[in-house]
Amino acid sequence: MIPSLILRTATRLLVSMILVFSVYLLLRGHNAPGGGFAGALVAGTGFALYIMAEGSESVRRAIRIDPRGLIVFGMGLALVSGLIGMLAGKPFLTGLWWTIAEINSREIVVGTPLFFDIGVFAIVLGTILTLILALEEN
Amino acid sequence: METALAFMCGIIAAASIYLMLSGNLIRFIFGLVLATNAVNLLIFVSGRLAETRPPLIGDDAAVPVQEVANALPQALILTAIVIGFALLTFVFILFYRTYQSLGTVDTESMRISEPAESDPDDGATPGDKSDASGRVSGEGPA
Amino acid sequence: MTEHLGKTGIERAARATGILPLLLFLGAAAMVPHTAAGESYRLAIAWVPGLGVNLSFMLDGLSVLFALIITGVGFFVTLYAVDYLHGHSHTGRFFVFLHAFMLSMLGLVLADNVLSLFVFWELTTIFSYLLIGFEHEAEASRKSARQALLVTGAGGLALLVGFLLMGIATGTYEISQMVAMSASLPDHPLYGAILVMVFLGAFTKSAQFPFHFWLPNAMAAPAPISAFLHSATMVKGGIYLLARFHPILGGSEAWTAVLVIVGGVTAVVGAFTALGQTDLKKILAYTTVSALGIMTMFLGGQNAPSLTAAMTFLLVHAIYKSALFLVAGIIDHQAGTRDIEKLGGLARSMPVTALGAFAACFSMAGFPLFFGFIGKEIMYKGALAEAMMPGLTTAAAVLANGLMTAVAGIFLIGPFLSGAARHPGPRPEACAAMCSGPLVLGGLGIFFGIVPEFVGNWLVSPAVLSFHAHLEHIKLELFHGINPPLLLSALTLALGVALYLARKRVNYGVCRAYEMIPLDASRVYDAAVAAVAALGRAQTRVLQNGSLHRYFYIVAGAFVLLTGYSYVHGMQVLPDIGVPVLSLREWLLILVILAAAGAVLVTRSVLLAICALGVVGAGIAVIFLSYGAPDLALTQLLVETLTVIIVSIILLHLPGLGPGRKTTGRKKLFDGVLAVGMGVLMTTLILTVLSTPLDRSVTDFFENNSYLAAHGRNIVNVILVDFRSMDTLGEIIVVATAGLAGYALIQKRRERL
Repeated sequence: MIPSLILRTATRLLVSMILVFSVYLLLRGHNAPGGGFAGALVAGTGFALYIMAEGSESVRRAIRIDPRGLIVFGMGLALVSGLIGMLAGKPFLTGLWWTIAEINSREIVVGTPLFFDIGVFAIVLGTILTLILALEEN
Repeated sequence: METALAFMCGIIAAASIYLMLSGNLIRFIFGLVLATNAVNLLIFVSGRLAETRPPLIGDDAAVPVQEVANALPQALILTAIVIGFALLTFVFILFYRTYQSLGTVDTESMRISEPAESDPDDGATPGDKSDASGRVSGEGPA
Repeated sequence: MTEHLGKTGIERAARATGILPLLLFLGAAAMVPHTAAGESYRLAIAWVPGLGVNLSFMLDGLSVLFALIITGVGFFVTLYAVDYLHGHSHTGRFFVFLHAFMLSMLGLVLADNVLSLFVFWELTTIFSYLLIGFEHEAEASRKSARQALLVTGAGGLALLVGFLLMGIATGTYEISQMVAMSASLPDHPLYGAILVMVFLGAFTKSAQFPFHFWLPNAMAAPAPISAFLHSATMVKGGIYLLARFHPILGGSEAWTAVLVIVGGVTAVVGAFTALGQTDLKKILAYTTVSALGIMTMFLGGQNAPSLTAAMTFLLVHAIYKSALFLVAGIIDHQAGTRDIEKLGGLARSMPVTALGAFAACFSMAGFPLFFGFIGKEIMYKGALAEAMMPGLTTAAAVLANGLMTAVAGIFLIGPFLSGAARHPGPRPEACAAMCSGPLVLGGLGIFFGIVPEFVGNWLVSPAVLSFHAHLEHIKLELFHGINPPLLLSALTLALGVALYLARKRVNYGVCRAYEMIPLDASRVYDAAVAAVAALGRAQTRVLQNGSLHRYFYIVAGAFVLLTGYSYVHGMQVLPDIGVPVLSLREWLLILVILAAAGAVLVTRSVLLAICALGVVGAGIAVIFLSYGAPDLALTQLLVETLTVIIVSIILLHLPGLGPGRKTTGRKKLFDGVLAVGMGVLMTTLILTVLSTPLDRSVTDFFENNSYLAAHGRNIVNVILVDFRSMDTLGEIIVVATAGLAGYALIQKRRERL
């Protein structure tokens, strides 16, 4: 089955926008609706669309790494973000924050929960991709 | 609305149980989806409903200025939805593989390790039933 | 490992493990001067301090006596077993079990905390099970192993109850502390229960009447195991227990009465049964039962001679009986049979083994100049000095000892001295390593018999004094002068000769007695095992009949009934429910969701069902959105989308729903009743929750700290990644596991194709 030209063209446009949107959802999640779970689901939907249009092979080429590696990476990131708190002598997974800049008397902060959220994102996206790709190639 | 939703949850739960008891794996999955929804809604309603603002803190405030919706059940349900999805997918794949190996989605025809003894409650023989629930002839699709 | 080292390599390694018991023996021997001086040593390591469980050990005269027996016999058994098992395919496993057993047994006799004692007690049971079933390809082996495990294991559980009750009664689990405060224990209301439980443990382990049937069956084990576990060490565990707790529990008439009667009956029944056996190992097994009975009987006593007799006979018996088991093993190994009716003339073909056998048998028969004689003398002295039932004790001791003398004759005269004509072929002598055990142990019986003061002062008396420090010191002597014990000894020997000559007639009587009255509980055991198996089959037929429908019905039904019961039991009263006042939009939403759910229920089209499920999900997303949960609405909609994608990939390969089940209306009715029950329960639960005031304290905390402490304005997200991130971590682990497991399932299929 060859997907239609319209689908393939639209997909190229859409998928890149969907992926950008998913990262946006992930990063703004701490202050507005969104976050790692929602972001990963959006990205997963985008990749699913891509698979329908271009086939699983091109998706594998595009993401370069094995999606199972994404799960491992996410798990590692979540654990490391928890261990940083322990290094500071606090319980596992305690959030730590650092101010990196100040714009218009507003602090821009990064903290370990952000990395944790990115870990969540990677695990959920990795799981979705692993399953969809495996099913599609079966 | 809370009362109405309580009754709705009950009805959905009843439907899900009936589907899961049907002995057909596909119906079982449908029941599972309904059950997930019913339980999520149960948690949501238990945290009280109010047509208020979402649990967000405004740009120029440190704590919510006006009353906001209860954030606790929302956090519980959010992960529950994602986990429900992951498990649903897993169950799907499991049943798919079962069908590939056994060629049927009727649970009464899957009793390879524990074959049925003569059960007076069963109106039909296993062979009849498997036809009823879509056993395909020969091997399952590769 | 086995492949690598080869047979001889394994055997060399096994022989080298003999160093372990040897070193432990030397270590224990080095402690003898200290314990003989009345010192004791304690070492405690906290294990589960919250429950009062400590790995605490105490070394005193009693422990040292047992430790010497365990390690000494263990050393010879190790050397012996290497050649006994020559060429066996599981040699490595055997020695692991053997040494693991030895260390558990050492732990048992050294433990000072009753709960760690229990752990070691059960460990010896388990290794005994593994060793009896060592030849696991034989059904008799497996059956005997299971019997020993169940009988001693059940006793072990009773013992645990007894220990816990003792802990309640005394407030401590440390034996040394119990001893210090035990004076009032016999008056404690729990005393009776404690006594019963401890006795059950000791009697099953030490094969006392009527639980003794497992010991003769345990002879399915290889001969070195019988020599080690089932004569010298493990079966003495119960004896150790009775001795160790003698100062705590022993001050009552109930203690004395039960032990004297049970021990006496065991001693006599065991010895009578031994008389009629033809298998060498069975003969030895029944005399072991009898000997254990004698020890139990004397531990019932309260005076110094009785307790000294028990401890002396313990050592006497360990030495001669393990030697005899090793001899039986050599005969079996070299001649190929243990049947005394097929054996003859072994004294000529196996002179070295015969030497060990004679020394050990003379000790068993209690001839003067042998250690057994010393044991018998002190026994009669103790029996005559008993405060309760001295006559009964003396009679039982004389009868049992007389029977043992006759059995010693049966063991020696038939196989070793008579009938050279019945040799099927030449029987070469066993190798030096195998002979060393019987020879050294037999020689030890003579040495101790000639200088009893030595063993009395260094081993036996310190053992007695370590659990009863106030008793007088009893000297073991070769000759006490002409006195009642000496006369009783002479009577015993005469009785033994008479019983030997009349053995056929006596045995006939014993067989008749067995036919008339059940002399052991093996029939009860068999019936119990059969009943458990039948119960298991019956409940499996009902609960686990292989029908998914049945399983699900049971799980869901139990949930509805139990939750419903506790609800009704709590007398929660429903609030008044009026018809809800809803806007048109809300009515429509609910009706659409319900209609979609109904469609899923009745449709036969998979596609329609999926669409209807999507409608249900989307409707719920709208509810989330209406009541201030945009995060949930977003996630719900995304999940619905992805579900449809995945479903569309898979469902295309699955068959349709078909026309539904061809089941009876009755079954459908049952399903419907359960479904409605679940629905009613769920609605009731929500309504009840709604009628109780909401505790907003947790939510308030999150709202107030979300930005100030966690720098986040989206409270839901802050809860997920910061406040409750541990929960989220668990949840993403579930997600990852589901993903990897699903992947593995698909992959497996691809590999097979």
